[in-house]
Amino acid sequence: MRIIVLAKQVPDTNEVKIDPVKGTLIRDGVPSILNPDDANALEAALAAKDQFPGSTVSVLSMGPGQACYMLRECLAMGADDAYLLSSRTFGGADTCATSTTLAAGIRKLGKFDIIFAGRQAIDGDTAQVGPQTAYRLGIPVVTYVMKIREYKEKSVVVERQLEDGYEVIEVSLPCMLTAVKELNEPRYMTIGRIEEAYKKTITIWDENDVALKPESCGLKASPTQVFRSFTPPPKGKGEMLKGTVPEMAAQLVAKLTEKHVL
Amino acid sequence: MAVNVINEKCKGCQKCIKVCPFNAITMEEKLAVIGPSCTGCGVCVDACPFKAIEKTEEAAHTKDLSVYHDVWVFAEQREGKLMGVAIELLGEGKKLAAEIGCKLCAVLCGENVDGLVDELIAYGADKVYYANAPELKSYNTDAYTKTIYEAISKYKPEIVLLGATHIGRDLGPCLAVKCGTGLTADCTKLEIDPEDKKLKQTRPAFGGNLMATIICPNHRPQMSTVRPGVMEKPKYDKSRKGELVKLAVSFKDGDIRMKVLEIVKHVADVVSLTDADIIVSGGRGLGSPEGFDLLREFAKKLGGTIGASRAAVDSGWIDHAYQVGQTGTTVKPKIYFACGISGAIQHLAGMQNSGYIIAVNKNENAPIFEVADYGIVGDLYKVIPAIMAELDK
Ligand SMILES: Cc1cc2nc3c(=O)[nH]c(=O)nc-3n(C[C@H](O)[C@H](O)[C@H](O)COP(=O)(O)OP(=O)(O)OC[C@H]3O[C@@H](n4cnc5c(N)ncnc54)[C@H](O)[C@@H]3O)c2cc1C
Ligand SMILES: Nc1ncnc2c1ncn2[C@@H]1O[C@H](COP(=O)(O)O)[C@@H](O)[C@H]1O
Repeated sequence: MRIIVLAKQVPDTNEVKIDPVKGTLIRDGVPSILNPDDANALEAALAAKDQFPGSTVSVLSMGPGQACYMLRECLAMGADDAYLLSSRTFGGADTCATSTTLAAGIRKLGKFDIIFAGRQAIDGDTAQVGPQTAYRLGIPVVTYVMKIREYKEKSVVVERQLEDGYEVIEVSLPCMLTAVKELNEPRYMTIGRIEEAYKKTITIWDENDVALKPESCGLKASPTQVFRSFTPPPKGKGEMLKGTVPEMAAQLVAKLTEKHVL
Repeated sequence: MAVNVINEKCKGCQKCIKVCPFNAITMEEKLAVIGPSCTGCGVCVDACPFKAIEKTEEAAHTKDLSVYHDVWVFAEQREGKLMGVAIELLGEGKKLAAEIGCKLCAVLCGENVDGLVDELIAYGADKVYYANAPELKSYNTDAYTKTIYEAISKYKPEIVLLGATHIGRDLGPCLAVKCGTGLTADCTKLEIDPEDKKLKQTRPAFGGNLMATIICPNHRPQMSTVRPGVMEKPKYDKSRKGELVKLAVSFKDGDIRMKVLEIVKHVADVVSLTDADIIVSGGRGLGSPEGFDLLREFAKKLGGTIGASRAAVDSGWIDHAYQVGQTGTTVKPKIYFACGISGAIQHLAGMQNSGYIIAVNKNENAPIFEVADYGIVGDLYKVIPAIMAELDK
């Protein structure tokens, strides 16, 4: 099988802090990581490669040059090759424009059987790029994939997570699947592969390489625009109850009863 | 919109670099340079003490937007029952439609769910577009996308709202690409600009650390998915009248490339979480799955239901369906008890609009106390039984 994985480098939002005085984001020293769901996507691809020897796994990303670190991590986990779509014109892209660029990169990679993406990237949490890229390529998509049951000749059977359970879906190949973290446990990099990963070249493409006009990329091709952004106003701190445990319990019940909420 | 540095005014103070949420600005020869990861958010414009950064409007497209009208709501149904968020969206959609001065319409897909048409009208829809076909019985990405895309192309709505459920977040992106328009994910606030009547969509980003207001100025429809549990449900008025428009549905070979073989349910009702008046949530501080037995007992006494933090879900103590927060459910009960929950931003994102927040935590510095109306520092295994004893009095 020829497998493609879409991976994004993201700031670790767990480490993002708010400056309490200025109310702005502190990004200093915030590490960049492989988007967590994308590690599950890559693992699914590598597991398929283990199951069907002779398969290849290519990782594709769009982002600034520093995303190469993340791509090397993917290689060290076991991907065969890595491609970075990087150019000034790709900047400021919303999900719509991102999917155009990724789809162009995928077309350049040629024939494939399956594409894995993460369900969502933790910087934007949109969960849109996977399905949008699939629809641009004209292939079917199953999102929120939590289990792969079986690969068949011309289809794959998967479980798709719902809020209160799951659906079992059979989808024809080629297709796009987006991974949630319940899908698998991503493998670790191995020392041998880390060394190999540094010997490999990461192919970098700009808009000309993937035959896109500058006006089809980035900010210019983004229907949505950020009108304003702000840090959410913090909710005021309430009252800390004092005394022994039974006293605090009594105060709480009294206060809630007094306010007619209990 | 694009952001530009006015080189003559830039003093190289680097303030903009520090405030940029996207790490998009660098210094080159003591001048700020806006890099490719700029999203045009404008935080730097306000932060620059020298007014050296400006925001410029891009020349508007010449596309005729005036043919688009009405607010549409995707009436998501599962097993013939409307999802709560679809009803919430009718309430919100009604307000938006009133401000624009247009109709509120619902688009309904299913098989023989005619009863829902009246329900949608009773909840405020002026018109219901109804696609009735066996292929639409339960959600199918290809079948729903094709049907609704054709309806959008024919009737040209100005705004299309979908619930940010697992289904809405699957359908929305596919529809948006087919319609060649933008889509704003997981909105928590919608407003109409009083001047140009355009939709302003506000959503959390960076795990709730930052809020962004998004517009879609030159493309139609303007599309958003909206978080369940955030908008107010409208009143049910049986006497309302509305119009029914049946959509023609046809599929040919190759239109539908996936088949739902089976639908499996884990949890009897998740809906109870978004509808609950009282939620007692537990986190890693419970220490073991048995902790939820105590919380269940407490919740039962209060007539409420239980919830959980992601740490408790990840520990395997409770099903994901109970998770409250950014990657779980957004809740807005009258009272939210957070027991043994530290109060990470991703958890707060899903519960901070609750009426009263009561936190029980051993650690007096736990961030949950920053949002709590009443805080109790102590061991939840002592505090909860004490509250229950007090309630029995
Ligand atoms: C992309 C992303 C999405 C996420 N989405 C969500 C989400 O939707 N929902 C969510 O909840 N989290 C989410 N998280 C995880 C979040 O960052 C936190 O890790 C999580 O909320 C922590 O759960 P906790 O408060 O239960 O555990 P901890 O942070 O470990 O806190 C446990 C607390 O219990 C207290 N405690 C211990 N013992 C006792 C006792 N006996 N009595 C009283 N108090 C006690 C401790 O003092 C501590 O404050 C997300 C993270 C990421 C990266
Ligand atoms: N710039 C990008 N490069 C590669 N893959 C991406 C990029 N942006 C998004 N994706 C993929 O699309 C998924 C969903 O992203 P998002 O819609 O931003 O939440 C991610 O988990 C990635 O697999």
